[in-house]
Amino acid sequence: MATKASRDSAPRPRVPEPASAPLVRRRRLRAVFAAALALGAAAGLGACVPRDEGQTLTFWAMGREGEVIAELMPEFERSHPGLHVQVQQLPWKSAHEKLLTAFVGRSTPDIAQLGNSWIAEFAELHALEPLDDAVATSHAIDRSDYFDGIWRSNLAQGRLYGIPWYVDTRLLFYRSDLLRRAGFDQPARSWPEWERQLAAVQRVAGPGNFAILMPVNEYEQLTSFGLQQDEPMLQAQGRAGNFDSPQFRSALAFYVGIFDRGWAPRVSETQISNVWDEFAKGYFSFYISGPWNIGNFRDRLPPERQGDWMTAPLPGPTGPGASIAGGSSLVLFRGTRHPREAWELIEFLSEPRNQEWFRLRTGDLPPRRTAWAQPALAADPYARAFRDQLERAQPVPALPEWERIEDEMRLVSSLAVNHQLTVDEAARELQRRTDLILAKRRWVLERRERGS
Amino acid sequence: MRIPLAAWCLAGPALAVIAIFFVLPVLCALALSLSDFDLYALADPANLRFVGLENYRQLLRLPLFWTALGNTLYFVVVGVPLSLLLSLAAAVLLNARAARWRPFFRTALFAPVVTTVVAVAVVWRYLLHTRYGWLNHLLGALGIDPIDWMGDPRWSMPAIVLFAVWKNFGYNMIILLAALQAIPDDLYEAARIDGAGAWQQFRHVTMPALAPVLLMVSILTLAGYFQLFAEPYVMTQGGPLQSTVSVLYLMYEQGFKWWNLGTASAVAFLLFALILAVTTLLVRAGRRLPGAA
Repeated sequence: MATKASRDSAPRPRVPEPASAPLVRRRRLRAVFAAALALGAAAGLGACVPRDEGQTLTFWAMGREGEVIAELMPEFERSHPGLHVQVQQLPWKSAHEKLLTAFVGRSTPDIAQLGNSWIAEFAELHALEPLDDAVATSHAIDRSDYFDGIWRSNLAQGRLYGIPWYVDTRLLFYRSDLLRRAGFDQPARSWPEWERQLAAVQRVAGPGNFAILMPVNEYEQLTSFGLQQDEPMLQAQGRAGNFDSPQFRSALAFYVGIFDRGWAPRVSETQISNVWDEFAKGYFSFYISGPWNIGNFRDRLPPERQGDWMTAPLPGPTGPGASIAGGSSLVLFRGTRHPREAWELIEFLSEPRNQEWFRLRTGDLPPRRTAWAQPALAADPYARAFRDQLERAQPVPALPEWERIEDEMRLVSSLAVNHQLTVDEAARELQRRTDLILAKRRWVLERRERGS
Repeated sequence: MRIPLAAWCLAGPALAVIAIFFVLPVLCALALSLSDFDLYALADPANLRFVGLENYRQLLRLPLFWTALGNTLYFVVVGVPLSLLLSLAAAVLLNARAARWRPFFRTALFAPVVTTVVAVAVVWRYLLHTRYGWLNHLLGALGIDPIDWMGDPRWSMPAIVLFAVWKNFGYNMIILLAALQAIPDDLYEAARIDGAGAWQQFRHVTMPALAPVLLMVSILTLAGYFQLFAEPYVMTQGGPLQSTVSVLYLMYEQGFKWWNLGTASAVAFLLFALILAVTTLLVRAGRRLPGAA
């Protein structure tokens, strides 16, 4: 989970908020809210960190990444005497809540892994340390070595808040044997070509089978099609949606059309008990998914199917298209007592050698071009399409509300897929819901501008 | 009347705990529900606005809230009677004279209550699977076409009801079983001497004796079922097409996913008012029942 990033927030220096002479009654209420907040924080205080005499860095990491990276810490400690790193693992599912609670309770770690879709939100909270200056003087971290879209996913309000750690983008997994049987040697590069292939694969797939699987409870597919358009999905620094633009409509129509023409089943991911099993059986031939499935397909497809699958970049409207620039970044929390040491840890984790070590154990793909030059990764045929796709990865809009908007995209598009709305109605409905979600943001931005 | 100091000293600690950990948080939540507390307010308290009843007004105009309320009522109206009937039937069967291996069945039927919802949800997802699930195999044997339990918005709530009832009926069963065992045998004996059949015994001896416990059990079940959350959370995430979004699920999404604590608190208070109203009605109705205290 947790993917993404930033495009349309204008760089604007943050100014202190002016006190706008609130009513006394309001002030009193605010005290009550503050008390409520403190109470909530007290309830969530589970993160008190013991500190010994030497310098201890706390590092929060999620899921499998957290387990693996703890094994690399002794090496960092050897090369940085006097430093001790305490890795704490958070489950992905509750990571967001825990980080927010930690922020409220002022018990944030020094350094953390953060899904890049959360960066805008934590930057808005002033929870993160800007990293522009550190990068400017760093020898270990070179911006030009990073894939551009991935790097930009760490910008919020024009400042850099995270260093990409691993990347997560979506592209095509496909059954090469079925595509060949349908009469194609190469996967499609553009939408029209892809539609021809989907139609042809559907004909040879057999009854009850489908050309492609796009679970209706996943938003990544539609988001990617939306990112492939020149027109951004939001306008005016995220003050309003741009979903009724002709460009987004065409992306939505393309998405819905795949279901309407019977190429994709109208199912959600929870209904597919075992994706790999179904892929091996030919229930679907194309599947849009991320890097973790390279390992899964290798391990879980039966041996006789191993020669029958491949990965390919995501087709775009007229040629190879963009895809989501997702993944996780490393961030420094504001208020860390060891900013320099924590930065050294980020530099250490960003070394291509360590990224390769990390990739071998997690399957997570590195965000740096030099790390991709490592022989094992460069020779991996399944990773090649990802290398290509990463050059065209696009961050999603950087604002705290984006995940909510994405959720509405998922809901509204599934209404269109199920014929409860037409494509045009769905675009308008999405635009309406987005404007509602952004109401508070408009007010906040307006206030901020009046103050400056 | 003057309350002696000693009484305050004795009751004080408990009262203080209740005030700090119950009354105060509830008051804070009420205050929160009158504000537009969200992520921006968390970043800077100056972004917090007192909005009065605006959260409530917006909620009442939000189609999703009504969808969630409808889903929750569906779940309660179908689930509570089904659960109570099943609990009662299981308790009566277990209490029957002819019942063998009583401890085994009692444990087996109670087992779902103590299992983790996440673990059994995995099993149920397989049971309900459209193409491989046992349930559809069973229906197939009866000549019924496979049902897309988790994918069809018309069937997702029945699937959740089935799962929840199976998971929860054992708890009420144990309570009802205890109540059944407390009914003196003489009453049945007297009824038999008067010529009452099995149904008449159940109707005129068992039911009146069970009435107070049944009332209590139905209030607890009702209040519990109104707070539907874990089942859709692990089985469907509210889908398909929001057909399993419950009021509490909506609150969770607003509060913990989107951090709109103002709206989430308003949802909580609306649900509280609803549960209070329904259980009050039930208690009133229960008082009129013959045999009820």
